[in-house]
Amino acid sequence: MSGNANQPELLPYGKIREDLFRPLSGMTQKYFAAILIPLLIIMFGAYAWTVQLRTGMGVTGLQRPVFWGFYIVDFVFWIGISHAGTLISAILRLTDAGWRKPITRAAEAITLFALMIGGMFPIIHLGRAWYFYWLIPYPNMRLLWPNFRSPLLWDLTAIVTYMTGSAIYLYLPLIPDVAQLAEHSVPWRRKLYRMLSLGWTGSDKEWHSLERAMKLMAGIILAVAVSVHTVVAWDFSMAIAPMWHSTIFGPYFVVGAIFSGLAGLMIVMAAIRKLMGLEQYLTRHHFDNLAKLLLLMSILWLYFTFAEHLTVWYGNDPSEMAVFGARTRARFAGLFWLMVVVNFVIPFVLLGIRKLRSITSGVIASFGILLGMFLERYIIVVPTLSTTRLAAATSSSYTPSWVELAITAATFAAMIFLYLIFSKLFPIIAVWEFKPHPHEDEV
Amino acid sequence: MAHRWGMAIDLDRCTGCEACVAACHAENNIPFSTPEQAAAGRTNHWIRVDRYYEGAFPDVKVKYMPVLCQQCDEAPCEPVCPTLATYHNPEGLNVQVYNRCVGTFYCANNCPYTVRYFNWFDPVWPEPMQLQHNPDVAIRMAGVMEKCTFCIQRIKRGKDEAAAAGQPVADGDIQPACVQSCPAEAMVFGDLNDPESKVSRLTESSRATHLLEELGTKPKVVYLERGR
Repeated sequence: MSGNANQPELLPYGKIREDLFRPLSGMTQKYFAAILIPLLIIMFGAYAWTVQLRTGMGVTGLQRPVFWGFYIVDFVFWIGISHAGTLISAILRLTDAGWRKPITRAAEAITLFALMIGGMFPIIHLGRAWYFYWLIPYPNMRLLWPNFRSPLLWDLTAIVTYMTGSAIYLYLPLIPDVAQLAEHSVPWRRKLYRMLSLGWTGSDKEWHSLERAMKLMAGIILAVAVSVHTVVAWDFSMAIAPMWHSTIFGPYFVVGAIFSGLAGLMIVMAAIRKLMGLEQYLTRHHFDNLAKLLLLMSILWLYFTFAEHLTVWYGNDPSEMAVFGARTRARFAGLFWLMVVVNFVIPFVLLGIRKLRSITSGVIASFGILLGMFLERYIIVVPTLSTTRLAAATSSSYTPSWVELAITAATFAAMIFLYLIFSKLFPIIAVWEFKPHPHEDEV
Repeated sequence: MAHRWGMAIDLDRCTGCEACVAACHAENNIPFSTPEQAAAGRTNHWIRVDRYYEGAFPDVKVKYMPVLCQQCDEAPCEPVCPTLATYHNPEGLNVQVYNRCVGTFYCANNCPYTVRYFNWFDPVWPEPMQLQHNPDVAIRMAGVMEKCTFCIQRIKRGKDEAAAAGQPVADGDIQPACVQSCPAEAMVFGDLNDPESKVSRLTESSRATHLLEELGTKPKVVYLERGR
């Protein structure tokens, strides 16, 4: 076994190519099962949605006054996960951190798929979803425009921009790799790769342009990502509902997004490392760095959560205290404190104590964080809506129905499904990043 | 001069009988709920009577107040609707356009009075209640938000009849169903732009308050109540 276990760059390039291109051919029984099960779950979720479309939103657990529930939690959750790619790819590329090399494409893929999934929910949660396109400003005979003062329009703009940018940002570094695959044995693949490689020849000029384009996109995507989750946060903070109307939500949600995105990334990394035999490329060093970042984000998340709750509690505004009480002492207390444990306490122990930090403990902590961040979104959405200003209108409890649960399950299945397809079409690690290329001296 | 519709509700006269609720249902084709749906919090009462209990038996005090859409001048529901299905009309009403609503629920979340109601399903009326539909009021489908309109169909009819007769609208000519049905005559409706109208004079009363005034919504429903 050649090469240092901690430095995949030292492996011979031919071996790297072979290792990373190998998964692209053939399909095992395990892979077939792995793709079939998510597909079935997705189909069941789609069926659930058709029931909702035919019958009405009444098939959900929503009720007055809790008009937003699981779908909005799902929306914020998945848009949050999409920040995985941005952090790793963009920030680490801009700071020239070499350890990002085997991670960037996997992270960027998570981003694009998470956006595609999360972006479905502004449609799924609508009472008349078939008219969702009325939110798009298109010329029409009745001269009707959507209302740009509504934060939901800002959502639409931000998410479409981010999705476009992420697709570009995923595609650009793919070009040198698909160019190398243009001589693949399977005909349809050959055709696909040749088309996608845009005639790439690997000349100096092309590398130079590509590097400049990627650096530019990295900067742009970073700004767009911050704006996207800020805008999603503003769906809540622009409302006057108690404990939504908070100025801290913008940064709070961005931090939470990066936090959950990193956790998602760590799980995906561990999975592809195991399932695709990439131990020499995704080393303990990479997971160690991810773990440290995750720990940092956990502490940052705690800081924001503490700051938010302390100010509410100290200010003692009656409407806000009613929600505060619901969150921390009454109906939602179990979920609230569980969230604190899985978002901070467990990661602090598993990732902070060096002896306990390992790939396994990182994955365990990450699963906890995904649960914790889902709970965090739930705790932001539901307690506020349940606790009305006019107390007589406060409701019985909201519980998600089978429709909402089926669709939520389908989103996780969809992520797995899309990822499996992607990893069979393109090398999940950017092969060219390990190639010694001539332009490196210019950097 | 343009009209500006407002309402006054005298809590010292209100008996909590809920005739207003029933009248509103009849006038506005509000769909029936079921016991299961009601238990799940899905009733639909454009005007509802909120009850608050204070103290313990035998010194219990009950406070009740009819709560309906306040037709706020600074309505928090209006800026957040992405399709402008809810907007402010020139007569000060907060209008809900059923045909334009895509059902994002944002307006309902932002209403501090919780007076917006959603059509969770297509409407049903048990036999023979569908025979008493008001032809002046649209029937809403599933997926659409609705709320009190100050009986805009009656306002329109009142204005049309006055115009046909060549007269201005007289104070008291137009009455929403709730106002008309109140046995205690606790509700008054009229033109706030007419300083002589009953509702304008009641707004000047020392007993006049607004609900959740501190939020700056500028509601056009005034509640009259002697100090508690």
